[in-house]
Amino acid sequence: MARRRQGYDGVVLTAPVTVPYQRYSIDTAHFWIARALRATLDAAGLKPLDIDGFSVASFTLFPDTPVGLTQHLGLCPRWLDTIPMGGASGVVALRRAARAVQAGDADIVACVAGDTNQIDSFRKLLSSFSRFAMDASYPYGFGGPNANFALLTDRYMTEFNATREDFGRLCVAQRANALRNPHAVMKKPLTMEEYLTARPIADPIALFDCVMPVAGAEAFLVMTEDEAARRNLPFARIAGAIERHNAHVDDPIQLRGGWTMDRDELWDMAACAPSDMDLVQTYDDYPVISLMQIEDLGFCDKGAAPDFLRDRDLTIDGDFPHNTSGGQLSAGQAGAAGGFIGLVEAIRQVTGQAGPTQVKGARRALVSGFGMINYDRGLCTGAAVLEAA
Amino acid sequence: MTDALRPPPKKDPQKRTVTPTLPPALRSRAALGLSAAAAEGRFALQSCAECGAVQYPPRDACSRCLSTGLRWRDVDPGGTLLAETTIRTTVDVYFRERMPWRTGSVQLDAGPVVIAHVHGDVTPRGRVRMWNLLDRAGQAVLVAMPEGRTPHMEDDPQLREMTADPKHRRILIADARNPNAPALARALKDAGAAMLIAGEAEGWRPYPHRDALAALGVDLQPMDVTDTASVKKLAGEYGGKTDILINNARFMRPGGVLARGDTAFARNEIEVNYLGLMRLAQAFGPAMCARAQDGVNSAAAWVNILTVEALSNDPAYGCFNASNAAALSLSQSLRAEFRGAGLRVMNVLTGPTEDDWYQPLPPPKVGHAALARSVVEGLQRGLEDVYCGDVAKDLVERFRRDPKVLERERTGGTA
Repeated sequence: MARRRQGYDGVVLTAPVTVPYQRYSIDTAHFWIARALRATLDAAGLKPLDIDGFSVASFTLFPDTPVGLTQHLGLCPRWLDTIPMGGASGVVALRRAARAVQAGDADIVACVAGDTNQIDSFRKLLSSFSRFAMDASYPYGFGGPNANFALLTDRYMTEFNATREDFGRLCVAQRANALRNPHAVMKKPLTMEEYLTARPIADPIALFDCVMPVAGAEAFLVMTEDEAARRNLPFARIAGAIERHNAHVDDPIQLRGGWTMDRDELWDMAACAPSDMDLVQTYDDYPVISLMQIEDLGFCDKGAAPDFLRDRDLTIDGDFPHNTSGGQLSAGQAGAAGGFIGLVEAIRQVTGQAGPTQVKGARRALVSGFGMINYDRGLCTGAAVLEAA
Repeated sequence: MTDALRPPPKKDPQKRTVTPTLPPALRSRAALGLSAAAAEGRFALQSCAECGAVQYPPRDACSRCLSTGLRWRDVDPGGTLLAETTIRTTVDVYFRERMPWRTGSVQLDAGPVVIAHVHGDVTPRGRVRMWNLLDRAGQAVLVAMPEGRTPHMEDDPQLREMTADPKHRRILIADARNPNAPALARALKDAGAAMLIAGEAEGWRPYPHRDALAALGVDLQPMDVTDTASVKKLAGEYGGKTDILINNARFMRPGGVLARGDTAFARNEIEVNYLGLMRLAQAFGPAMCARAQDGVNSAAAWVNILTVEALSNDPAYGCFNASNAAALSLSQSLRAEFRGAGLRVMNVLTGPTEDDWYQPLPPPKVGHAALARSVVEGLQRGLEDVYCGDVAKDLVERFRRDPKVLERERTGGTA
């Protein structure tokens, strides 16, 4: 008999910050993480020694780990975590930090994700990403994630009769959202024509299906509701959250993720349904994976996302606001911070702090994470439903 | 359909020779099992000794039952292409120079799904046959090939990166006097070699098959592998256009240590079989390494023809075999030294051959034509280790089972 999971009662998310991204940076991950930590502490009126929990997601800290960061940044936490889960790191950091606060292992946890992007650091990151990738995918054309997702996209298109326009609609809408986000790396409007005729990268993937690697950082704080109220901080509640790794091992190619195993529990825990969401933040390193999340989290049936999206407006003022800050496709992918971008934006949205990208009356948001192409597919999936106070 | 490879135009002497680059070369220790299989042209994957599950990518434990008993076994090379892409952009220097590049996901009949290079003649969602080949970094890569033969399939540009096909290449045979030289020349010519050169020691001394070599159009040039000056001289003239070098120089006399009264023959054996290889490598190696990415007729491979008894000695030819063991060991060093350029070293380990010095031995023996066929096929598949003839195959199997047992077997320990 399955045990019923406890809710995240009494724990809240607050002080969402984004350190504006840069295409290339001469600075280190330490620098970016420090800036994000400082910004989230400033937002809450805290000093470094006021936090007793610290959670870090980063690919470019080498040779340091979050242990080294405590000394580097002058922290003295009694709870320390590292989240090596790329695009799923935001949801996973939230889950772990929330439980630590709930159990009293920590009172205030700063969750930070940040990476630098120096010339050639993307190539170096790819070269040493995982053992299976080193042994069995990169020697095959070294297309990196582009090639992996090209294979998934190719199969998805065949299997479900999806067209490039179906992916294009999502990318075009996100660019429109990004134009309202002053910090987005992409500043020019994108038309469907431009999307369709863009330079091919790894067929069927073309330029605007790909994210631009950038330097940047994201952060938020996890604390008790009482603490947030005492400090007069706007906060978001966690209605439900799920996580899964290495699901569906017998699928020959990834057309679904681990969300399908856990989504019923998510909606059950959150006591609401996909149709109750005021906005949706999917992990969008490639549009095909956003479509998969929309299906696997229950917005529509498997393979029906192209139809589902055709009938909807994905912009901030539309009927299905999606990746409201522009997502990684238009705001840039700042390494592990790409796993935080949707979550941090969702906290801003349900606390009414999103400014130019604010969805009117946003009270409930779905955030989804997906990470780590260890070999031929992404292994980590997660999702969370956030609610306004 | 693959376009037939055209003979390359004459090289423009004003153009800079391209520096060879390599595909990603790092692998886990487990993955080297695949490279070991590729060195012999076998398609093998790990399978679990307990539950039988076939694994890929290579692991240290079974992903079904956690057994650590994983063995490499030859498996069914059939499969179906599930999805494909043509990569047009990469941050890797090697592939960047070779874009676009076709890869795909293949569902193997043996179980796992693998990412593989995809031959140009494979049809979308089509059936494929997997080849396990060594890439330019000397590491195994899986290539999805069409199920049957297609016209000029060996000319596929991606496939040619993984092989050392003699087609349109210029080939130097080290010793014209070796009785296997005409068979080698004929087989290489039939395989499309553009030019054949053979080194001829002591040209004043007649030998029976000289006319046969001349009739095949082999360019005979003075070279004696025991004479450094002659090797350097030929390398000076031909080193820059030697794409494949076949070291078939051999000096042999029967007998072990006590059958001989002195070290005179042993010295000759070392001079030719061991130091000869070293002299050739020192003279021709650098120029070949520099030309390992020189277009259709780039330098591609170095071939040594050795006795399989280099692995385990037999006193009937004890001293000769010892010199071959030295050469085999040296070839491993050479292989590692050439690897940075992407130049292959292929050793053809043969059982007793049909020639004067093995005359007293019973069959089976390796004929010159069979040896030559092994050389050509090995180059066409880009192999590192070729075991030529039944005796060689038998011996290597016993060697792998237990080298010490083999030693006793061969030196009079079994009934």
